[in-house]
Amino acid sequence: MIKEMNTEIFSIEKYLRQDRLPHIWCPGCGIGPTANCFLRAIERSNIDPDRIALVSGIGCTGRVAGYIKLDSFHTTHGRAIPFATGLKLANEELNVVVFSGDGDLAAIGGNHLIHAARRNIDMTVICVNNFIYGMTGGQAGPTTPFEARTTTSRYGCFEDPFNLPYLLSASGSPYVARWTTIHLRQLEKTIAEAMIKPGFSFIEVISPCPPIFGRMNKQPQGLDSMHYYQEKSVIRNGEDPKEVGMELGGPIIVGKFVDKECPTLQDHLLQVCDRAKGKSKT
Amino acid sequence: MAENQALVGEYFVSGDVACAEGAISAGCRFFAGYPITPATEIAERMSIRLPQIDGVYIQMEDELASMAAVLGASWAGKKSMTATSGPGFSLMMENLGLGIMLETPCVLVNIQRGDPSTGLPTMVGQGGMMQARWGSHGSYEIIAMSPSSPQEIFDLTIVAFNLSEKYRVPVIIMSDEAVGHMSEKVVMPYVAPESLITRQRPVVSPEEYRPYQPEANLVSPMALAGEGYRFHVTGLTHDERGYPVMDAEVQDRLVRRLVDKIRVNINDIIRYKEVEIDNADIIVCAYGITARIAQMAVKMAREEGIRAGLLQLITIWPFNEERIRKLSSQARAFIVPEINYGQIVLEVERCAGDRARTVLVPHMGGSVHSPQTILEAIREASR
Repeated sequence: MIKEMNTEIFSIEKYLRQDRLPHIWCPGCGIGPTANCFLRAIERSNIDPDRIALVSGIGCTGRVAGYIKLDSFHTTHGRAIPFATGLKLANEELNVVVFSGDGDLAAIGGNHLIHAARRNIDMTVICVNNFIYGMTGGQAGPTTPFEARTTTSRYGCFEDPFNLPYLLSASGSPYVARWTTIHLRQLEKTIAEAMIKPGFSFIEVISPCPPIFGRMNKQPQGLDSMHYYQEKSVIRNGEDPKEVGMELGGPIIVGKFVDKECPTLQDHLLQVCDRAKGKSKT
Repeated sequence: MAENQALVGEYFVSGDVACAEGAISAGCRFFAGYPITPATEIAERMSIRLPQIDGVYIQMEDELASMAAVLGASWAGKKSMTATSGPGFSLMMENLGLGIMLETPCVLVNIQRGDPSTGLPTMVGQGGMMQARWGSHGSYEIIAMSPSSPQEIFDLTIVAFNLSEKYRVPVIIMSDEAVGHMSEKVVMPYVAPESLITRQRPVVSPEEYRPYQPEANLVSPMALAGEGYRFHVTGLTHDERGYPVMDAEVQDRLVRRLVDKIRVNINDIIRYKEVEIDNADIIVCAYGITARIAQMAVKMAREEGIRAGLLQLITIWPFNEERIRKLSSQARAFIVPEINYGQIVLEVERCAGDRARTVLVPHMGGSVHSPQTILEAIREASR
């Protein structure tokens, strides 16, 4: 059950490593607001924070784990999901959240992403998609829209991007949603719901990167991206993920696209243990 | 089966199976891996055994993921392990480095085959010895051990878990296809729980806990995920709090400690065996399957009246510098047979210096040395 929250009283300070602030993110970046939604989602989910393990990969979003006062792991580039898989399989009591960026999760970690969805391991993956490699200075990646400018696609990106919700849905993820950083209330509720839901959940968060992606693609201020999201976002819960691909300057379909019930990896592992001990038939 | 669900008794099994059973006797309850010849039988055995004893076996999508999952499982409190061979070992180097940096206890088994690249998947090699030492980027120390028989791989896998828990470092079993695939009698003793080492845990409150505050032996107590310590660990250079610090001074302190925690405890870590060494002036220095063949060559040399002896390196890394130095003032020559074109011989040569000659007897893999080849090198050196 997701509880309603008295926003007057709630403060995220107790969840921050204040001795690590200020953070490294640029003005107008969407990672901070997404992290804020995550902390509020913890509060609303009623999950004991001591049981949450937060795992990040490498990149701007990979730094989230370092600022949040939970058991937190800043791992290798692309490997947050398999590291988190080990954590969850070794301790079923943990609520495991992977918080990382589009390059980390969908490029170098792409294979782990689809396999975790296929296995339906109980974890929540929050993917901040800013369409670019921010930490290294703005190179194109697997989510960069066709024709978009980056420091390695000065003449326009010549590859087609992933439609991440479609990829995840096709890989078997029973929970797939996408919001932008103007949909903070929806995002907060979605993260809480995903953390409570058994099995694999994938949440894509479309996020501004003003100094690099924005600057090179006619949204030089964070506010420009927010206006763009406001103007171009269309909420379509239950939309076929095949239809939610993005184009430069085109609409952004947001909402909860997939939410279905299916047995988790843990359910199957328990059965296997019973069979191995001769308690049930093979 | 003992109450800890490990096998106890005498079994006729392969080195790979003995390795898996040794791990279970050591308390291993998590295995993540990816099929690869000639290490696959370890995964197969674990997939049968772990579900019987409430452990977890998982086949990951590749070796990058296998090593990452092993680290995650260790941070959730399970003794964890993976097993692979050359190509998979290369992929594991990335997260082996993370394991060293986060100081994560775990065991990595390499059943070496002919190499480089895909090489000779079903045939023996020892070409990964330097990779075990230097394969992940950076300055670090690692523990690696080479067994020469199914019995030794069983025994050493238990030692590997103990050292890994004690020093919070990944420990590598550098075996080879010959040992992995040969079947022999293995005595699996009852391993009392109190004889097993488990990582030291924090005794301070979460507020006082600093994940990388070392104790006297340079190792820090380790909190686990889910216990309320709310700790942070990172592959970035970090201070005692576990926080990233981009700073030459912190880098100096961290890298020195990662290396020194192994070096200052070297006498506890080093293991070796010697045969006919007391009056030997030609010493064959060998490891893994090659040590058994070398022993035969030494026996043949003795029968010819040559004062030959065998130094079997069991702990390969950290290298047994002290023993080689000492023996180099007694011996005329070291003969180093290995199934590669010269790796450990470089270390022997470094430690022997000008005091004794060092002779490599290389074999490129696909089969083991013949004892005659090693004998010939002994004869040559004794002339």
